[in-house]
Amino acid sequence: MIRFVLRRTVLSLVVIAGVMVITFVITHVIPGDPAVNWAGPHASLAQIRQARISLGLNRPLWSQIGHYFWGIATGDWGTAIRTHRPVLNDLFGVVPASFELVGAALIIAAIVGVPLGVLSARWKGKAPDQLVRLFAVLGVSMPAFWLALIVQLIFAQHLHWLPTAGEYDPSFAYSHPVPSITGMPVVDGVLTGHWALAWSSFTHLILPAVVVASYPLGVVTRLVRAKVLETSEETHSQMMRSLGFSERAVLGRFALRLAWSPVVQVLALVLAYSLVNTFLVEAVFDWPGLGNYAAQSISALDVPAIAGVTLFVAMVYVVLNLLVDLGQAFFDPRVRLA
Amino acid sequence: MTTTLDLELESGMSRAARLRRWARENPLLTFGVVSVGVIVVSALFAPWLAPFPGDAGSSTHPLSILGSPSWHHPFGTDQVGRDILSRVIYGARISPLIAVVVLFFATIVGVPLGLVAGYFGGVVDDVVMRVTDVFLAVPALLLALALASVLTPTIGSTILAIAVTWWPWYARLVRGEAASVRGRRYIESCHALGLPRWRILLRHVLPNSITPVLVQVSLDFGTVILTASALSFLGLGVQDPTPDWGLLVSEGQTYFTTNWWVVTFPGLAILLTALAFNILGDGLRDRLDPRHGILR
Repeated sequence: MIRFVLRRTVLSLVVIAGVMVITFVITHVIPGDPAVNWAGPHASLAQIRQARISLGLNRPLWSQIGHYFWGIATGDWGTAIRTHRPVLNDLFGVVPASFELVGAALIIAAIVGVPLGVLSARWKGKAPDQLVRLFAVLGVSMPAFWLALIVQLIFAQHLHWLPTAGEYDPSFAYSHPVPSITGMPVVDGVLTGHWALAWSSFTHLILPAVVVASYPLGVVTRLVRAKVLETSEETHSQMMRSLGFSERAVLGRFALRLAWSPVVQVLALVLAYSLVNTFLVEAVFDWPGLGNYAAQSISALDVPAIAGVTLFVAMVYVVLNLLVDLGQAFFDPRVRLA
Repeated sequence: MTTTLDLELESGMSRAARLRRWARENPLLTFGVVSVGVIVVSALFAPWLAPFPGDAGSSTHPLSILGSPSWHHPFGTDQVGRDILSRVIYGARISPLIAVVVLFFATIVGVPLGLVAGYFGGVVDDVVMRVTDVFLAVPALLLALALASVLTPTIGSTILAIAVTWWPWYARLVRGEAASVRGRRYIESCHALGLPRWRILLRHVLPNSITPVLVQVSLDFGTVILTASALSFLGLGVQDPTPDWGLLVSEGQTYFTTNWWVVTFPGLAILLTALAFNILGDGLRDRLDPRHGILR
């Protein structure tokens, strides 16, 4: 077990180092002259030369890459051109809002996707199955940015059922101090008993969360359907049937139980994909998270910030992957031996 | 399941009747096939199908700005008065074409590397696999975004950014197949016959490793279109006046609140295209490859 943990951890570190090489190439090698960008459009030659020295661009490439790696390891992720603040500080400021959004989306995906998958497997080939399969393939084919605009227009601007944008009613910022424990207003509102804030941020969360949920929902539904079908044809399910258990019990109580582990695994993996999808959704809903930060950095061509976001999401993905692998090895010895 | 009785019934039916029956039994697949047909026809015959071919470019019509859908302009007009239907039809020449080129490059880089890695093993295998590990560890859209943000926004950079993040998937896929084919009896017999290794690789290992690639290509088509549209939406892809669907949605955002059609129709085109190819890919996979790959 210890060998397995060590091996997987080292492999994850190698992958992160590889991603750092990619972000290094993006920040230091491809752009024509980062010093010119850094110094701004009206800089004098002397200022550009100064920027080149302070950015370390006059040193050889291997020295720059070493410096870059050392900086990342010690928490110096560079300075964002747009905000003129350290990239890592910027990231810590915006990440909680995105985790709130993605967390809500994954909860929706699991709550809706699992029953739909079972339903689809139960009625395989029949009308309910066809409908659920269409729904699931719609989810994975959906351009998130378009869905965001459409649901905002329909449910916020025409029907006025839900708020248009933002994380909570802006009047809270003036009337009551907004508590910040986790940085997620729904959670903070509940934790501090600030129910008005919790309710307001909950209603603000619904539309963006539904949009971000579309892809994971499709993935979970298809996965559960496939897994339930797979196990329902195996001998132990047939035995349950022959023992007189109803089809409902065979699928719901036995087949579904075996589908949980891959569902958890896929949810963890899909989290990073959803973080990337927030790049396309948060700007539409003016959600103050990582995606909005990324989209603004992209339109300002703020390369250090973009590289920082890339590295951060990659790390989240690799770490989650590692945790899922270790968790499965811990609970299921078959994984370790493979 | 096809029984003898079914076969007898089918042989007695006309071709059209058999087609109708297949369509009734596979409504999703039928929808996919028809949609892909519509997209291909739109792309090929855009100049004849589009009511205002000139509007695919940079022409402006100041008198018909933001007109709502009408008999004359079924999808309405945009912020400079161009016919949106014509632009959506011409759009079938942009992102689907990007997807074709991306997948072409991804396969001609990924398949040979995977083949060599899987067949020869050793150092080549290790190097290729560690490099692909890194790419597979990051969502493709993220890397493509990061790459595109440092390139000048053109159709070529969109293709480059996506292709660079896509080839490792094929290398990995083919490598696994080739490694399993390598141990089979018929390959051993080839060795025993003294055939040259490159000949075994091309004539025997390649054809026996290629089926999952075909399935994956068809499944990836929709994903690549979504990725390319996302790049355009964020302003990193093709630029105006190119009638790319993602760009049309992006440009329409500003006017969207009061003019629903500027965003709705181009977005529907993206959705339908991705949907059609995903359905076709699923169908193909069910036919050819019972193993499932779910995440990209």
